[in-house]
Amino acid sequence: MTTIEKTADGAVREGAGDDGTPLLEVRDLHVEFHTRDGVAKAVNGVNYSVRAGETLAVLGESGSGKSVTAQAIMGILDMPPGKIPQGQILFRGEDMLTMAAEERRKIRGRKIAMIFQDALSALNPVLSVGYQLGEMFRVHQGLSKKEAKAKAIELMDRVRIPAARERVSDYPHQFSGGMRQRIMIAMAMALEPDLIIADEPTTALDVTVQAQVMDLLAELQREYHMGLILITHDLGVVADVADKIAVMYAGRIVETAPVHELYKRPAHPYTRGLLDSIPRLDRKGQELYAIKGLPPNLLKIPSGCAFNPRCPKAEDICRTDVPALVPVTEQDGTELPGRGSACHFWKETLHG
Amino acid sequence: MADTEKNEKAMEPAADATPNVTEVETVDAATEDEAVAAIEAKVDRGEPILQVRNLVKHFPLTQGILFKRQIGAVKAVDGISFDLYQGETLGIVGESGCGKSTVAKLLMTLETATAGEVFYKGQDITRLSGRALRAVRRNIQMVFQDPYTSLNPRMTVGDIIGEPFEIHPEVAPKGDRRRKVQELLDVVGLNPEYINRYPHQFSGGQRQRIGIARGLALNPEIIICDEPVSALDVSVQAQVINLMEGLQDEFNLSYIFIAHDLSIVRHISDRVGVMYLGKMAEIGSDTEIYDHPTHPYTQALLSAVPVPDPESREGRERIILTGDVPSPANPPSGCRFRTRCWKAQDKCAKEVPLLAIPERFAGTDSPAAHESACHFAEEKDVVHA
Amino acid sequence: MPDVTKTKAGTDTGVDAGPLQAAADAVLAPGAVSQGKPRSLWGDAWYELRHRPLFWVSAVLLVLLLAIAAFPGLFTGANPRDGDLTNHFLTKPELTHFFQADWFGYDGQGRSIYARVIYGTRASIMVGVGVTVVVTLVGGLLGMVAGYFGGWIDSIVSRIVDIFFGLPFLLGSMVVLNAFTERKVYVVIAALAFLGWTTIARVMRSSVITAKQADYVTAARALGAGTGRILFRHVLPNALAPTIVVATIALGAYISAEATLSFLGLGLADPTISWGIDISDAKDAIRDNPHVMLFPAGMLSLTVFAFITLGDAVRDALDPKLR
Repeated sequence: MTTIEKTADGAVREGAGDDGTPLLEVRDLHVEFHTRDGVAKAVNGVNYSVRAGETLAVLGESGSGKSVTAQAIMGILDMPPGKIPQGQILFRGEDMLTMAAEERRKIRGRKIAMIFQDALSALNPVLSVGYQLGEMFRVHQGLSKKEAKAKAIELMDRVRIPAARERVSDYPHQFSGGMRQRIMIAMAMALEPDLIIADEPTTALDVTVQAQVMDLLAELQREYHMGLILITHDLGVVADVADKIAVMYAGRIVETAPVHELYKRPAHPYTRGLLDSIPRLDRKGQELYAIKGLPPNLLKIPSGCAFNPRCPKAEDICRTDVPALVPVTEQDGTELPGRGSACHFWKETLHG
Repeated sequence: MADTEKNEKAMEPAADATPNVTEVETVDAATEDEAVAAIEAKVDRGEPILQVRNLVKHFPLTQGILFKRQIGAVKAVDGISFDLYQGETLGIVGESGCGKSTVAKLLMTLETATAGEVFYKGQDITRLSGRALRAVRRNIQMVFQDPYTSLNPRMTVGDIIGEPFEIHPEVAPKGDRRRKVQELLDVVGLNPEYINRYPHQFSGGQRQRIGIARGLALNPEIIICDEPVSALDVSVQAQVINLMEGLQDEFNLSYIFIAHDLSIVRHISDRVGVMYLGKMAEIGSDTEIYDHPTHPYTQALLSAVPVPDPESREGRERIILTGDVPSPANPPSGCRFRTRCWKAQDKCAKEVPLLAIPERFAGTDSPAAHESACHFAEEKDVVHA
Repeated sequence: MPDVTKTKAGTDTGVDAGPLQAAADAVLAPGAVSQGKPRSLWGDAWYELRHRPLFWVSAVLLVLLLAIAAFPGLFTGANPRDGDLTNHFLTKPELTHFFQADWFGYDGQGRSIYARVIYGTRASIMVGVGVTVVVTLVGGLLGMVAGYFGGWIDSIVSRIVDIFFGLPFLLGSMVVLNAFTERKVYVVIAALAFLGWTTIARVMRSSVITAKQADYVTAARALGAGTGRILFRHVLPNALAPTIVVATIALGAYISAEATLSFLGLGLADPTISWGIDISDAKDAIRDNPHVMLFPAGMLSLTVFAFITLGDAVRDALDPKLR
């Protein structure tokens, strides 16, 4: 898969992660869940990569495999019923799936951290936030209790929790949703990881708080020059912060594009459908465009292109041949860097 | 505590002064039959069908196990008034904890109001009981947010959609029910053969359709939708919204559409009310609210909505509010929004702003001349680049 | 056991399910989309149960035990009360004499141990099942009422439960039994149930509280459904699973409690035949003739094992998290 060069902040792009190897690269990843009713194919050959300082948004609906991919990267997939029959997850060129468990554990938390949607259940309710934040330093860096607490306060300050010093011994339930999400971010940031995976980080929050949290995340990412994988279903949130987007459907990436391009000119009918089906804030629309049908049953993914039963452009070839993610070009053949579409009719979709 | 009590007193004349809600023509029903007859009466399109006046719901905070004493109250809804007209959709937006879901429960008489009235065709439903209340229940139905918990997992789809007929047997004779259920399934776009299946055999969007079918069963006049699509996938949301719009035309329904997603509310609503901490901050037609908001909270809310279009995004002004919503158990004095408002002055801490057309716009036909509860209301377009 | 109180598979917003579980559910959710035949949750649980070997082990054992309890005469021709002192317990078991009176040997009074083990089954099963039925009805009803209505009713019921819960189960039963001179099966059932109902009441109360907060209950109320319909159509079916599990496991415990009481001379007494009495009778002879103790004790363990295993299998089947 091609990666995208972003000229705007090219200046910050230097040092460790930029010697050609991406920070993280997922290659042909497959994940299955063995259930009573059969094998649910949650991820079917996903490829993507993130560089230091880059934000990749993985966009998809429930069942698209976006979260499962992230769990596979973090090594927190429940196995069984989960299984990874095929694929590689390369962190700085090393395959994490074949690594020794101990080595992998070292990467997790220290090099790659994760932020969950539901901060309340991800934090331990019986320990103070100061203790939980400090734990990272005590365990990983062997700091004393006092030093760890000081570090915890520093972290809380950094994620702009007001009156951090006074609130360091409070418990998670004493914080509001937005503040808890900040604590989660602080926890993920604690060991200054190279990569953060944020799984629907603002979905549970109110709009006014959502904006605060997204801004914070983007700012920290710039400051520490981290890679960020943002997993979301919200086309609006993505538009704000991502550099490039990968749209997933039925466990495959169906389209990749730099963020602006995707919204302007989608090259896959599914992306187009999604964009058309959200109502606009700035004008009163007519009837909404609705993608017909239902998200696919992972136990019985349609043959050919998984989107074909819902696609307005579907033809016979779509029902038989699985379209590969191919680079797309302008009508005159000019390359569109970073763009790809897994549609037999991408030309028609993009230019038609 | 003493502070807030004073405010409540200050608030009362405010509620009475609400000008833009039409007068309630109350019906004095002497007998139950009269009451039921009034409830079954037809209301013309565009006439008020539901009129909410100074509705208040306080949840007492108690201490002690056996002998409870009250130590305060969560002021979930604190004096709101609005009208719902026949055939329209009134959107109610607000963040979590603003009391919008409590409003839904109050309108459904699932909670008893602490004070205030809800007039349905001129009768105060908060005081009804017996047959009259049953008649109201038949006519006001609800669609819930979470399609995974709002359907009993141990009942078949047929039993779920047929349950309204069992509770109100007068609506459909026994032999007719199965056919009616299948018709309803068809109306909401589900295969009538699914009648014997169980909820967990359906996807979220399909379940929400089942919930809608249950709401339609008794042929109600009003459907209260509490976040009906927020648990659904984007591609399914549009299907359900379109379905609801179609049903509104087909069955001549009036909707109260409660949601936090401002884009969807704009799409479906004729009028929109914005709630903050138990109070209505601003109410007006969709154009008035979205294109000409005058309350700072509305402006902040609108500007914070992520827009799926990076280009139009860049030109927009963003107001990022600081801090969180204060606790409804101990709301700020005066204007409740003042703790997060960039315009706040001393007056805002002392006086509760009335929900009224701001003086500077009163009498003009500017779209900014709609009700807004702010001392310093001014127009500001935050949606358009 | 706490797992089963989550009656429905976690939703995307399920706070208690945790982010991982929620994510996994989200992945698998579309897999359920209108597949094949109607499948109720009870049906699903039965399917799960059928596919567990442990269930079959315990089921076969239990069917056998119930048959023995109902028709002991079919399993032995010997009379358990006939003592022939020529057969004094010096007679060792004849392990090849299947189903014969001397299969397990004779006890101190020359009675066939095999026959006594067979005839003792009825008392144990009756006590176990009887206590469970009484406890489930009483505790279940009180727990349901307390959980559903809440308020002062809940306060009072919960306080009573707490008081009873504070009394030691066996000691309390002994005190109660001491007051009775005639120790028939129903007296033992009453004594054990007197203190045993609290566990079920607690379990039922908490699962009713969970179930009554579900949106479908609100939906039924919004339709104008009465208390009876809400309670028996919506709340109870969704609150039953944990109670079933606890009751099945407790059944085994009641059987061993009966044996303990009988052993101590406070439970059943002659002429009723009970494993506990036989174990008690054998205690002096155990050094030289362990078989006198071994067979009733083994039968007791096997029965308790069967019920607890069944409880475990049922819990696994009803636990939606494994689905």
